[in-house]
Amino acid sequence: MTDVPVPISWFLTLSAILFVLGVAGFVFRRSVITVFMSIELMLNAVNLSFVTFSYQLKQVNGHLFAFFVMVVAAAEAAVGLAIILTVFKNRETLNIDDVDSMKN
Amino acid sequence: MQLWLIPLLPLAGFLINGVFGRRFSKGLVNSVAIGSVALSFAWVLKTIFALGALAGVYREHYFTWIRSGVVNIGCDFGVDRLTIVMLLVVTGVGALIHIYSIGYMAHEGGYYRFFAFLNLFMFFMLVLVLASNYLVMFVGWEGVGLCSYLLIGFYFDKKFATDAGNKAFIVNRIGDFGFSLAMFYMVKNFGSLDFATVFKQAPGAPEATLTVIGLLLMLGACGKSAQLPLYVWLPDAMAGPTPVSALIHAATMVTAGVYMTARSWTIYTHAPAAMNAIAVIGLATAFFAATIGLAQNDIKKVFAYSTVSQLGYMFLGVGCGAFSAGIYHLVTHAFFKALLFLGAGSVIHALSGEQDLRNMGGLRKKIPWTYATMVCAAVAIAGLPPFSGFFSKDAILVAAYQHAPWMYWLGTLTAGMTAFYVFRAIFLAFFGEYRGDKHAHESPPVMLIPLAILALLSLAGGFLFKVPQFLAPIFPALEAPENPALVAISVVAGVLGIALAWLMYGAKPALADSFAASMNGLYTLVYNKYFVDEIYGATVVDPLVGGSRVVLWKGVDAGLIDGTANGVAARARNLGSLLRLMQSGNIRSYATWVLFGSVLLIVAMGIAGGLR
Amino acid sequence: MTLAIFLIFAVIAVVCAINVVVQTHPISSAISLVGVMGSLAVLYLQLGAEFIAAAQVIVYAGAIMVLFVFVIMLLNAGAEVKHGRSLTAQLLGAPLLVALLGLLAYFVQRLYPRGASVLFGGFRHGTPLDIGRALFTTYLLPFEATSILILIGIVGAIVLARKEMD
Repeated sequence: MTDVPVPISWFLTLSAILFVLGVAGFVFRRSVITVFMSIELMLNAVNLSFVTFSYQLKQVNGHLFAFFVMVVAAAEAAVGLAIILTVFKNRETLNIDDVDSMKN
Repeated sequence: MQLWLIPLLPLAGFLINGVFGRRFSKGLVNSVAIGSVALSFAWVLKTIFALGALAGVYREHYFTWIRSGVVNIGCDFGVDRLTIVMLLVVTGVGALIHIYSIGYMAHEGGYYRFFAFLNLFMFFMLVLVLASNYLVMFVGWEGVGLCSYLLIGFYFDKKFATDAGNKAFIVNRIGDFGFSLAMFYMVKNFGSLDFATVFKQAPGAPEATLTVIGLLLMLGACGKSAQLPLYVWLPDAMAGPTPVSALIHAATMVTAGVYMTARSWTIYTHAPAAMNAIAVIGLATAFFAATIGLAQNDIKKVFAYSTVSQLGYMFLGVGCGAFSAGIYHLVTHAFFKALLFLGAGSVIHALSGEQDLRNMGGLRKKIPWTYATMVCAAVAIAGLPPFSGFFSKDAILVAAYQHAPWMYWLGTLTAGMTAFYVFRAIFLAFFGEYRGDKHAHESPPVMLIPLAILALLSLAGGFLFKVPQFLAPIFPALEAPENPALVAISVVAGVLGIALAWLMYGAKPALADSFAASMNGLYTLVYNKYFVDEIYGATVVDPLVGGSRVVLWKGVDAGLIDGTANGVAARARNLGSLLRLMQSGNIRSYATWVLFGSVLLIVAMGIAGGLR
Repeated sequence: MTLAIFLIFAVIAVVCAINVVVQTHPISSAISLVGVMGSLAVLYLQLGAEFIAAAQVIVYAGAIMVLFVFVIMLLNAGAEVKHGRSLTAQLLGAPLLVALLGLLAYFVQRLYPRGASVLFGGFRHGTPLDIGRALFTTYLLPFEATSILILIGIVGAIVLARKEMD
């Protein structure tokens, strides 16, 4: 069976869909952990984009970008979850609508 | 020659008394004030002797004041024979009145302030007289108006005094408006305000231009010299202390208009329409004011209307081409009118503030010196020969006959009225039984000596100062043949006036009251000054004040300007409140806004072609 | 073959992503997210990114998601309770998301009309060798910086999450 190629634009479209889903999660969900996971989803979508471009341009730089994104995402997740723990300790709530002391 | 010393000495007096006077003793204030004026007078004499028989103009230029485009105005002083006459009157009579004021103001508050303002007035008046261009003259013109306001409103705690000061200043401003327009017109047409330049170009200018300038200058003169229709401030100005009335509103400031008109004779002789207008207004004012003076009961008001009337005579003189006659009358009027006012002040001082003629009487035995000097002034103003008033008034009336005979007849009638009301005042005050309740005492010598000097000048001034001959080289000659009949008729008119006054107020006092009662309507009209003030109030003042309040204050200032400022602030506040709603503290809404921004960015990039 | 694998795993990725967003309980979202990452790893392999695919599975799915699950357990996070609201998110959220997706899709389509395509094995330079070479030459500075970043992250996380010393 011949190998049917996949148009590159499909990969990018998939990346866009995943990104938009991540934003949707960020905007519409109230639990702070779910919001965090949506952020990770967004980052993954971007990673896919980078790797696709890397394939298109036949360079390895895209992979490197994706690698660094992963590293930073790891650090960010660690610190962010620590912050969530602290907020939970102080506010007893995981609902980000309740964390609004910056109101007005 | 250092002409600048003449005005600057009184200015120095003003500064010293104004700044330090509060701490000075009365004697020191006196010395500074009178010393400065006396020194100024002395310097005037020195200047006169140094200049000798001056036929032309002696000028001094100090510095360039305004240089803009074609206009080059310097601070220039000039002296010619006309200036010499004015200088002598201003400094001489001024010095006498300063001396008189020592006695009159001795018991009044604000002693140093009075003398400071008086000195300031002298400074401005001298600047006006010495000026060699219209703008410097205008500086003096405005300055004397300011000092008039300050001195009329000297008793600033009395509302009628401050109102009178306001009235004087505001009505003067209307005249100054005319003066300013005349100056602008002169700059436009002649490119200069310098007397020499303007008077050299005037004969060549079109008559319409000169007529306009002449009429505008006349408006200025009407304001400053209290002619119709701007005379209303002068009777009210009697609210000031009597020496002020004597100096400013009899001898010097009000004559500024006459001086200015005489100085501008070149313009007027080439604009006959304007000159005729001046003559007519002068005569009308003379007659009109004399009629009002017939019925007044306040001694100062009688003399105030008399001043308006006599100023009308001066304008009649210059309007008929008799410039030197007008100036002559200015000089003699300064003598006898100042004397009348100072005498009235002496009477008021004797009666501790009484000014109503109906409460006086029989004072000639109690204050004989005052009585004697006032009679001297009265015969002078009545035009009886050989006293000073006769010569000057006669010169004017002869010129009037030359110009238009009806002017002579009306002028003679007014002369008769003048004699009548002045002697009415004399008889009411000094003859008969004393109708008041105060104890009259004679004034101190410091007040009586100036009275005596002025009396002497009033009587003998005609012989001592041959003003028309002195001024002959300056003004164009007027062909006025001597007509003894005219002279005789005017003298008879004067005598008749005195006789009638004696009849009504000296011999049979009841006659006056019955006469007034029989012509009740006319009497009320005249007594209330033809209700001119009320008419002005209703037609000019009230609409103006009402319009200002409603339109300008409430409409423009509060509504538009404040509204705009407040409105801008309110809009900013509203916008801020609106934008504040964005700061909800809610993370999700922030995220949504970020999303919004990024969508916009993508759209913008797409439109701008960034995404190829 | 490439197309088939792509389609299968793309669908899995999208379905799991939707699940992440839709599920009420965080733990369900977490598991779905793991699914997303796994499918993405396969897609990376298709694109010739061997190292990245491996890193994805090991680091993301293996470490980060585990961390998430630990925190969920630690906080005893339950099903999400809906209270509190954001008017902006409600009104503007959906339209903007649709707009964003539309725009991105549109621009992607416009930029890639011709037949650039992916074939498994089309890119052979995603090996660890290539990554390593690039990492330690061109990208040395970012490499060192990220190691510091990780250090800071460790310290920060410990400081933030520790118990107060009594």
